Amino acid sequence: MNKPEKKTTRRDFLFTTSYTVGAVGLGAVIWPLIDQMNPDKAQKALATTEVDISQIEPGKSITVLWRGKPVFLKRRTQEEILEARSVSLEELPHPEKDEERVKNGKDEWLVMLGVCTHLGCVPLSNKGDYKGWFCPCHGSHYDLSGRIRKGPAPKNMEIPKYEFVDANTIKIG
Amino acid sequence: MSEQEYVPKSKAGKWFNDRLPLLSLASHLTDYPTPKNLNYWWTFGGILTFCLLTQIITGIVLAMHYVAHADLAFASVEHIMRDVNYGWLIRYIHSNGASMFFLAVYIHIFRSLFYGSYKSPREIIWIIGLMIYLLMMAAAFMGYVLPWGQMSFWGATVITNLFSAIPLIGDSITTWLWGAYSVDNPTLTRFFSLHYLIPFLILGLVVLHIWALHVPGNNNPVGIDIKKPSKDTVPFHPYITIKDAFALLLFMIIFAGFVFFAPNVLGHSDNYIQANPMVTPAHIVPEWYLLPFYAILRSVPDKLGGVILMFGAIFILFVLPWLDTSKVRSAVFRPIYRQFFWILVIDVLVLGYVGAMPAEGIYLVLARVGTIYYFLHFIVVLPVVGYLEKTEPVPLSISDPVLSGSADYSMAKKDNEKI
Repeated sequence: MNKPEKKTTRRDFLFTTSYTVGAVGLGAVIWPLIDQMNPDKAQKALATTEVDISQIEPGKSITVLWRGKPVFLKRRTQEEILEARSVSLEELPHPEKDEERVKNGKDEWLVMLGVCTHLGCVPLSNKGDYKGWFCPCHGSHYDLSGRIRKGPAPKNMEIPKYEFVDANTIKIG
Repeated sequence: MSEQEYVPKSKAGKWFNDRLPLLSLASHLTDYPTPKNLNYWWTFGGILTFCLLTQIITGIVLAMHYVAHADLAFASVEHIMRDVNYGWLIRYIHSNGASMFFLAVYIHIFRSLFYGSYKSPREIIWIIGLMIYLLMMAAAFMGYVLPWGQMSFWGATVITNLFSAIPLIGDSITTWLWGAYSVDNPTLTRFFSLHYLIPFLILGLVVLHIWALHVPGNNNPVGIDIKKPSKDTVPFHPYITIKDAFALLLFMIIFAGFVFFAPNVLGHSDNYIQANPMVTPAHIVPEWYLLPFYAILRSVPDKLGGVILMFGAIFILFVLPWLDTSKVRSAVFRPIYRQFFWILVIDVLVLGYVGAMPAEGIYLVLARVGTIYYFLHFIVVLPVVGYLEKTEPVPLSISDPVLSGSADYSMAKKDNEKI
């Protein structure tokens, strides 16, 4: 006759294994459907851009497109560099030294993504309370090192991976 | 809901109905007993169905001519406007139709808030309605991206960047949504695909919304249950269909007014400039129907906090049936709640106004006050007023205030005049 206590039966084993195999199979089918939305090979192939910087005067900047995003290349004057370095780190919402945001010995070149870290608009140069950049969308102010000083953006503008191929060429990516 | 057994008169009809009871369903829908005191605020369900069908039909036609590609989309929209026969008409109906759809849905939602239509036993109707509203916002947002103008592009950039506020996985989610490292061609093509899908999901939810409605039946202006169906109700057809049709005609006059005389007044001129990833327009604003939420987003000086409050403003509506503690449904008999209802209406309108203004100075102050009040209304005012308020006596039945000369009559009459 039936015993009152619950015993694991062959049927329980079959249920558990069926559910497990079913769940793994379902996951294996769903993953390709989700991952197809990630950047494809054609998008990834656009990962580097080379820029000629020989025509940029001190105090001027250019904007190039890299991975669909604008990159600011600014050749800063000595005064601008000094001003960016005179700020104490306690004043910064996202503390980073100016030295950490440029290549050693190439202090005049600031290369960063021209994308506001709030919601992705392109900030306007030479605007705002800190002489750097100002984002018109929601009012974030950046300084001469591209660091956030005031407004809703949480972080400094991002420095992409880049290198100097020679004196006049920068490779971004 | 009274379920009399329906038997088709013709032999062929009976044969078919025994196999698939479509005729029984049609009979249920035409004879559906409806409270006889429904006012014109109850006609927006029918108007919304009309809006959905309009968007689906014009959308299918537009998709025959539109090209979902970053290089071709903008030109293909101009091609629709200039070359396609009646293309300008169809596109203007579709773009203004979105605004009319939201106008109707906001009236429909505030109708529910005033008459307590979200309360027991209609919580599921309310929640399905909110799901439809969320899908409407998703569809409207993605549809606005398709012309690939400056507002399309930067609106898409700002909205997709909201997800980057999520800690740790935010950036991966944003990249996944884009299919690129910024809003780009892969973003456009997937938005087109989903924009085509969502209206049919909404259509499915509309069927569930009406199904759930037909279980307890309609709420009504006095907010009490039907006591005697024979006295308190009229059949849906022809009484409600004719009333809905009249209201729909008035609505279509306003709709046609926009389409023919001011087709771009609700849009933004920057969207007639092709998308440029290098330049953000000086002043980006979402479409008018999203402005109150945009104001809430911008009122918070913290990125994640703003995003949480913005989504919270919508999701708090899902628990509304449990936040409102009052047993009386209709605000007609709730003298205190009635005033808070109108304050909420003004609050949302103010938020919408400041959402269109720059986020600085007095506008920022107003946005913050408006945001705080919005949440106070749901979290504090509703539960507390429900307990403390002394409600006015509700009539004994729906017929009571309409037919008898009792004291309740004057109240019902006053309500009708206000409407």
